[in-house]
Amino acid sequence: MRRFATERAKRLLFGSLLASRSPPSAFLCSSPPAAAAMDPAAGVVTVDTINPKVLKCEYAVRGEIVSHAQRLQQELQDKPGSHPFDEILYCNIGNPQSLGQQPVTFFREVLALCDHPSLLDKSETHALFSADAIARAWQILDVIPGRATGAYSHKLLIRQGIKGLRDAIAAGIADRDGFPANPDDIFLTDGASPAVHMMMQLLIRSEKDGILCPIPQYPLYSASIALHGGSLVPYYLDESTGWGLEISELKKQLEDARSKGITVRALVVINPGNPTGQVLAEENQREIVNFCKNEGLVLLADEVYQENIYVDDKKFNSFKKITRSMGYSDDEIPLVSFQSVSKGYYGECGKRGGYMEVTGFNAGVREQIYKVASVNLCSNISGQILASLVMNPPKVGDESYESFNAEKNGILSSLARRAKALEDAFNSLEGVSCNKAEGAMYLFPRLRLPQKAIAAAKAVNAAPDAFYARRLLDATGIVVVPGSGFGQVPGTWHVRCTILPQEDKIPAIISRLKAFHEAFMEEFRG
Amino acid sequence: MRRFATERAKRLLVGSFRSSPPLFSVPLCSSASATAAAMDSAASPVALDTINQKVLKCEYAVRGEIVTHAQRLQQELQSKPGSHPFEEILYCNIGNPQSLGQQPITFFREVLALCDHPPLLDKSETHALFSADAIARAWQILDAIPGGATGAYSHSQGIKGLRDAIADGIAARDGFPANPDDIFLTDGASPGVHMMMQLLIRSEKDGILCPIPQYPLYSASIALHGGSLVPYYLNESTGWGLEISELQKQLEDARSKGITVRSLVVINPGNPTGQVLAEENQKEIVEFCKNERLVLLADEVYQENIYVDDKKFNSFKKIARSMGYSDEDLPLVSFQSVSKGYYGECGKRGGYMEVTGFSAEVREQIYKVASVNLCSNISGQILASLVMNPPKVGDESYESFDAEKTGILSSLARRAKALEDAFNGLEEVTCNKAEGAMYLFPRLHLPKKAIEAAKAVKAAPDAFYARRLLDATGIVVVPGSGFGQVPGTWHVRCTILPHEDKIPAIISRLKAFHEAFMEEFRD
Repeated sequence: MRRFATERAKRLLFGSLLASRSPPSAFLCSSPPAAAAMDPAAGVVTVDTINPKVLKCEYAVRGEIVSHAQRLQQELQDKPGSHPFDEILYCNIGNPQSLGQQPVTFFREVLALCDHPSLLDKSETHALFSADAIARAWQILDVIPGRATGAYSHKLLIRQGIKGLRDAIAAGIADRDGFPANPDDIFLTDGASPAVHMMMQLLIRSEKDGILCPIPQYPLYSASIALHGGSLVPYYLDESTGWGLEISELKKQLEDARSKGITVRALVVINPGNPTGQVLAEENQREIVNFCKNEGLVLLADEVYQENIYVDDKKFNSFKKITRSMGYSDDEIPLVSFQSVSKGYYGECGKRGGYMEVTGFNAGVREQIYKVASVNLCSNISGQILASLVMNPPKVGDESYESFNAEKNGILSSLARRAKALEDAFNSLEGVSCNKAEGAMYLFPRLRLPQKAIAAAKAVNAAPDAFYARRLLDATGIVVVPGSGFGQVPGTWHVRCTILPQEDKIPAIISRLKAFHEAFMEEFRG
Repeated sequence: MRRFATERAKRLLVGSFRSSPPLFSVPLCSSASATAAAMDSAASPVALDTINQKVLKCEYAVRGEIVTHAQRLQQELQSKPGSHPFEEILYCNIGNPQSLGQQPITFFREVLALCDHPPLLDKSETHALFSADAIARAWQILDAIPGGATGAYSHSQGIKGLRDAIADGIAARDGFPANPDDIFLTDGASPGVHMMMQLLIRSEKDGILCPIPQYPLYSASIALHGGSLVPYYLNESTGWGLEISELQKQLEDARSKGITVRSLVVINPGNPTGQVLAEENQKEIVEFCKNERLVLLADEVYQENIYVDDKKFNSFKKIARSMGYSDEDLPLVSFQSVSKGYYGECGKRGGYMEVTGFSAEVREQIYKVASVNLCSNISGQILASLVMNPPKVGDESYESFDAEKTGILSSLARRAKALEDAFNGLEEVTCNKAEGAMYLFPRLHLPKKAIEAAKAVKAAPDAFYARRLLDATGIVVVPGSGFGQVPGTWHVRCTILPHEDKIPAIISRLKAFHEAFMEEFRD
């Protein structure tokens, strides 16, 4: 029964993605027959009586393959030597510190001082903390009303987040873009995900409302659209041009959706790309802005990887900077930029900090966004502090600057080396091609699998890439996410692999991957 | 246009409270004429009538209009001191203790600081700055986190070692075992409530029984998820008593209208009503849910806030188990938060829900929804483990910890009593005792003239009163209409949280205002 329901839900989502390239259609608030409602038993909670939108939602990054990996990890703990590997290597999720990346010292010093402000009055503290961390902590506590880091932030219209921290973030955005930012446009959130949910909740009225999303996409978007009962309108990134985003494809999918009666509300762009790692060129971004403007779409810009750029010839440009440089003002295009403390060189996933910068909405709609934010009271204050820090790190001349900069560069240059090493490794595998990771934290290699492997997958009711990922995990302990969790051109198969394992483990991972792949291809050679 | 839409939304919500069949019905995914507008790409992409109408409908009074007005006044006081007949705004609208000067518990903050910056643990100076048991606890917590990585996403239910500690704390509280796999750590209690509403509500034909008055998180969440709030009225004359006959009546009424009632929300201790349920009453509630096959959603975030000697907090889990009901007999969710209690750590956004009595398949769905947001914040998770496992007798910090805790709770009890007496001392005001939680919910028997004056400015009489109170004294209370009340009765919710030395001044300002108000509108 359960399997059936889950399978059905999967078919609904991916079936519609893969089959006709038509947007998945959600159940419209399907209510049970009225007669059944009279019977108290009708209210009993089973998978058949829960919200079907919940059932329909899928989140592959923490899906079946991860549950299986956790099972294997438990077995390894209970019975060492029970598998042909000593540890599970989680390459499924962008979670750097879980793989040994160290937090940036300055950020943690400030957090600890704000957690326990009475430290600031003690002389021993100067032996333990850098002077600029102490100064920054004072500065932050001064902008928190009553220095209460344990209070909901609500005074003076700050349920969007503490005003002084939003000022710091706005200053950081202005520095980055060369265009002013308004602290009142900033909504601090517990990571970027709640902000995405908030916007979906605002925009989606029914399954007749569509959101244009890249395919492949980060499955937060498909999950959130499903939970809010809307329709995902896919546009395909072009793998052959390094996951290029083509306006003609956007246009085609938009028209196709409109012809089906879908009101397309927004365009999601992930830049740098997840899972695809491409960094958009400035010219391309301008086209996207014009497209949104002409078509009356909200531009939802997922810019959480803005610090993760690994190639010299590419540079991150925020969509806000692009629109302003094109001469568009606030009222000309509704634009939301998402940022998170979980990515970048900081990788502070556990702190759940982030913000969205909301521009181009009228006052009435903003008030509604504000209201939805206030139902959850506020985001966590440590996350808010951290968001202000990542947008305003130590500057040249600050005591911590040199060590901060060494930590930052150390992490980013190591990530770039790891990206290159893994990209080369994938490209050296038979039947595998892999675009460069220009940015973000992932590679998304394409697998050209032998017919026999595809048939074997079919025989166990698995997608071929899920079958491959499962075999890889069982043989090596390496966890990657099947491409079907992100969406892909029908008939193509991929996996997403993070570039996050510690650098000293990369050679071993590569050799295990190679050995597995060779054996796999050998086994299924047609 | 905007005003119109907002007003319309308000009428929808408040109207359904006041009119006779007290059942909120939500417009079903109304796309209406908006579709045509949105299809026209020249029109503004997003306008009030083209956003999700469930968002428009949702109201959250605790941070609503009166608070916006208070913030305006505060701004004016800052830019032009002396511009109002008071020097500061006193926020009695929200249970946010540390914003009003309550100090955090030292032990908790020591542990948090050490976990945020673990290299401190290797330094000798640290022993001069932190208590030995805080250091030991930080080690213990870091050991429970894979790789000691407080900056990593955790398991979507929360870090296993912390869930173990919480389960131990629950077992110690209840005398019945708790399973760490039943714990879902969340960013405060609110996301847990949203998650359950999202799971249970399929359409406006699904109903959730909620107390009236209620904490408006529930009405807001039900509106956002498109369900129907099925109200049951607490009996003010018996100290906000929860009567099974009322539950039964409202349940049957809803069912006769074709509503599938999925669940019963009980807030204990009560918010905004401050009552603490008697054990016998809780047993009846459990029986009711079992017989009617309802999910019991137990909001138990004020479990540490009890101010009277003859009442005691009992978790619904303890009650259900003591009645001999096992996990499978009753789906039960208990919500807890680090924002309340004596700790009051609202800014940390920590909390959990303990989910029992659901099938493995349904739990998997709850897990999936939790996993879409990856995990709750780790500091909040750590804090949740600490409040459920505070220092024990014999620990180095125990005495100072206990002094801080007892100091806060006994002061809250004194403040509750002083404010209760003050309200009861006002002409035509009656106020039930705050047995627990952080609020008083006095009833205002307002003169006809005041009601007419309110009507003339299109305000609910209690909103009118609250606004006048704010303008005259700087005291912010929330009108009862934001929580729901028996039609024709008027209340305000006032927290007991202002610092104790401010209470006498608040009381005298309140008295002076009330006398003048009654004089002005005397019939």
